[in-house]
Amino acid sequence: MSELITPISALGNARYDGFAAIREIGPTGMITLRCKQDVAALPGALQACMGLGLPEKRRILTEGQRSIGWMGPDELLLILPYAEVAAMIAALTEALKGEHVLVVDVSDARAMFRIEGERATEVLAKLCPVDLSNLAPGELRRTRAAQVAAALWQDEAGFTLVGFRSVAGYLMGLLTHSAMPGSELFPA
Amino acid sequence: MLILECPYCGVKAEETELSPGYEAHLKRYGPGASDDEFESYMFARKNPKGVHFERWRHVYGCGKWFLAARCTATLEVFGTYPAQTSAPPPDLIEAIKAKRPGWEGYK
Repeated sequence: MSELITPISALGNARYDGFAAIREIGPTGMITLRCKQDVAALPGALQACMGLGLPEKRRILTEGQRSIGWMGPDELLLILPYAEVAAMIAALTEALKGEHVLVVDVSDARAMFRIEGERATEVLAKLCPVDLSNLAPGELRRTRAAQVAAALWQDEAGFTLVGFRSVAGYLMGLLTHSAMPGSELFPA
Repeated sequence: MLILECPYCGVKAEETELSPGYEAHLKRYGPGASDDEFESYMFARKNPKGVHFERWRHVYGCGKWFLAARCTATLEVFGTYPAQTSAPPPDLIEAIKAKRPGWEGYK
């Protein structure tokens, strides 16, 4: 018998307050949608199910608790509350019936972090080979954080970083170490 | 350090975000090919000092394979282009010829 299991976030919402605040957030619903983006039914299906359109190249659209991020020419990341994932997959599968698509629940395969504070950029600048000062508003950047793959984007309050759950401990360690007081890149 | 622009997602990816795929535009020989043809496909590589065409994979990004033309001596990058082609695009060849007048050309 299958039972409804309470979702558990990767690190039990671990946090660290250094010169920036690091929080492991979650559990968060995440769906990978693999689909060529010129499929005619795609924008309509996204709008009907998620209430958001198809993001432009390397952009993430957010409305309330839902986001759609452009991960590649044939890959989108859908972010939504954990409890809504099953219904969303059913709705998207129905809306894209007959098209060559893959809709997969990856909520428990990923870990999500928030990096907040005035110096949040410095935490990530030490870990990712990215010119973060030129990150456009709403830009989703896939890159690496030290030795593991990550995707990140920025909003007014800070950064959100998504990585694989299997390396969540490593990511938390990286971010913690990078945010240690005294290790600021531009000391005051 | 090598910086290549991924033609699929437009990211100017630094070398450590990429995975090398070695020489581009190899002609594949399989069953039915002669031993010489298979040997050349399997082992013979150009290894030039100068203009070279390579495969790269944007592994810490969109995950796609693309092709790049660069100079092995100076690391100058002439351009990148999608992998769905069996020869470099003509405009890229022109651009390389303009920069390297002595270049013997692709092939």
